[in-house]
Amino acid sequence: MTSFHPDQVTAERLAGGPHQAPADLGADGSLNEDPATRSALVLNNRSLHEITEIVCGYAENAPGKWWLPTFALTATVAGVGTLMILYLIITGVGVWGLNNQVGWAWDITNFVFWIGIGHAGTLISAILCLFKQKWRTAVNRAAEAMTIFAVMCAGIFPAIHVGRIWFIWFVFPIPNYNYIWPNFRSPLLWDVFAVSTYATVSLLFWYMGMIPDFATLRDRADKRLRAGSGTCKLSVHCPITGIKLLGFPCSADRIRAFLYGLFAVGWSGSSRHWHRYETAYLILAGISTPLVLSVHSIVSFDFATSVIPGWHTTIFPPYFVAGAIFGGFAMVLFLLIPARELFPNFKDLLTLRHLENMAKILLTTGMMVGFAYSMEFFIAWYGGNRYEVETFINRAFGPYAWAYWTMISCNVISPQVFWSRRMRTDPRVIWIVALLVTIGMWFERFVIIVSSLHRAFLPGEWGMYFPTPVDILTFAGSCGVFLTMFLLFLRFLPVFPMAEIKAIMPQGDPHGHAGGHGDHDDHHEGGH
Amino acid sequence: MAASDYLPFIRRPKPGFVTETGEPVWGVMAQFDTTVDAYHAAEKMRDAGFKHWDLHAPFPIHGIEEAMGQKRTILPFIVLGAAFTGIATAIGMQWWITAVDYAGFTVQGKPYDAWEPFTMIIFELGVLFSAFASLFGMLALNGLPRWHHPLLCKERFLASSDDKFFVVVEARDPSFNPEQTSRFLREIGASAVELVEDA
Repeated sequence: MTSFHPDQVTAERLAGGPHQAPADLGADGSLNEDPATRSALVLNNRSLHEITEIVCGYAENAPGKWWLPTFALTATVAGVGTLMILYLIITGVGVWGLNNQVGWAWDITNFVFWIGIGHAGTLISAILCLFKQKWRTAVNRAAEAMTIFAVMCAGIFPAIHVGRIWFIWFVFPIPNYNYIWPNFRSPLLWDVFAVSTYATVSLLFWYMGMIPDFATLRDRADKRLRAGSGTCKLSVHCPITGIKLLGFPCSADRIRAFLYGLFAVGWSGSSRHWHRYETAYLILAGISTPLVLSVHSIVSFDFATSVIPGWHTTIFPPYFVAGAIFGGFAMVLFLLIPARELFPNFKDLLTLRHLENMAKILLTTGMMVGFAYSMEFFIAWYGGNRYEVETFINRAFGPYAWAYWTMISCNVISPQVFWSRRMRTDPRVIWIVALLVTIGMWFERFVIIVSSLHRAFLPGEWGMYFPTPVDILTFAGSCGVFLTMFLLFLRFLPVFPMAEIKAIMPQGDPHGHAGGHGDHDDHHEGGH
Repeated sequence: MAASDYLPFIRRPKPGFVTETGEPVWGVMAQFDTTVDAYHAAEKMRDAGFKHWDLHAPFPIHGIEEAMGQKRTILPFIVLGAAFTGIATAIGMQWWITAVDYAGFTVQGKPYDAWEPFTMIIFELGVLFSAFASLFGMLALNGLPRWHHPLLCKERFLASSDDKFFVVVEARDPSFNPEQTSRFLREIGASAVELVEDA
């Protein structure tokens, strides 16, 4: 029996010995399992300039023919949703399927669903940043954008569910002649502060990350203007006949130089500025990490501080946070896998390895929520409260059992395919599971809210909830808003953090450790 | 950073050097093509004792602060101050509204000044104020927004946000001299050196 020392394997490989890394490293070469070498974070030995070209190229040029029809479709859906909200405000909450028994239904389900989606963005940008997970640069910009759009969608529902929306300003502590102050002991008010803080901080984080990339886009537009090549006038043509419909008096590059320049606030890449920038980024990551955990905890307090069986549980805060990260990663994958196909160069920046990492996170967080589901049942039995026991039996076997089992199959069972390496490295499988998880996470909130409310303590109070078409179209509208915003983001903004990617590439290493080792941090011994 | 960079009605100091065409000289810039070259150039610039100089790069170079001899930023203290301001605001607002202005209304049968429910909003406002301070504090310390800069008028410099590195020495540096500084920059490996006019 022979035994190996790991160092011996490395030395042999370097000397061209028998323990060479396997030739087949997966479809794109990023699925290297050899612990002695790291997979490249950027494939095909791209240069720094090529990164700029790939990311800016998509923001500057017209996308494929798929973009405009898709945008038209999502914008129409968003418009229908807006009309539904208008109808609700004009008519009253009676247009929804809510009733005396089920006072919260699709509105709060949608709110919790969207706010949960947002959490993956902050997790990727903040928590993975603190853990120095360099692969996060492949997805962090898109995930942060998704956070902003999801929080926008989330913000709609609590505002419109109050009925008389013109009194929504009562939630803010504004001095007024009615002598009305909000109740600071209510978790609903904590929610107002948590969600608005979260929206603001996410926006600041997202914007700060984009400042250097805006400067790149500004400089490129400026360069073309100086060379005289960017002066062709901007016009809109009919997609079918090709007839010019609209002409603008200035060139696209002049608009770009102005707008990107405005938001770049004069960034010139000074290393003295970069030092403060990195410090600010680290501080934002440090404060966003407890923030993201607090936001969904506070959302769960909306339920947990009540006395409704099924809501009144101490497991809610960690359970909600795990579910939010789970649902958010699913949404990131759901959006980025098609984007990766539609913008082929993105495959060099967002490798199969990155998708595999996220699939593993889905598997882990999926089992966390699975554990939470079973623990709820255990505590219902162990706590010995018969209302609690009845609620959970009703949840799994009552009239809403179909929703409960949809949730279990989507959230707990479907991610189990990721135990197989072949499944978690196949983008099509990941995409399908991500879609199922997104559906499952929506049903989780529906199950928690509706199945707990619809049968209260006395059988005389029992009822059912069914959504009306207005309910359904309002939710569809919020999906339309989300996708429309994401399509605009893909079209006009830098989808990858160029500066951050360049910094982790071999060419970005100040000590010249080039050669595909994308991910080692131990070369620098200087004190900080 | 000087007040005259931001406010056009403040008279600029008399230029120490002028170009052949009579334009005031703002400084000199030297291009470096790789991260390694730029890093070593920064070390040499630091050792040569320049004061008003900088390295412009498309991304934050790891460990460049030490290579440039830059002091740590005071930003964390600004953010700490903002965090305490946010915490104080939240405590003051909630306590005054609940325990002073509403004293007399018993809400949920709790003491007027129970502090436990206040903790959530104390945390949230602390984070909110810190986030504003870290972005806007960073911009203020960097002298931004500043939408005009002599360097951005140089076409070559536009590559600094793409893949090139520029060591820049300002004319206000005590040891600045257009010819000598340019020669020094070529000696430390610059691939191109250009004079920057004060546009």
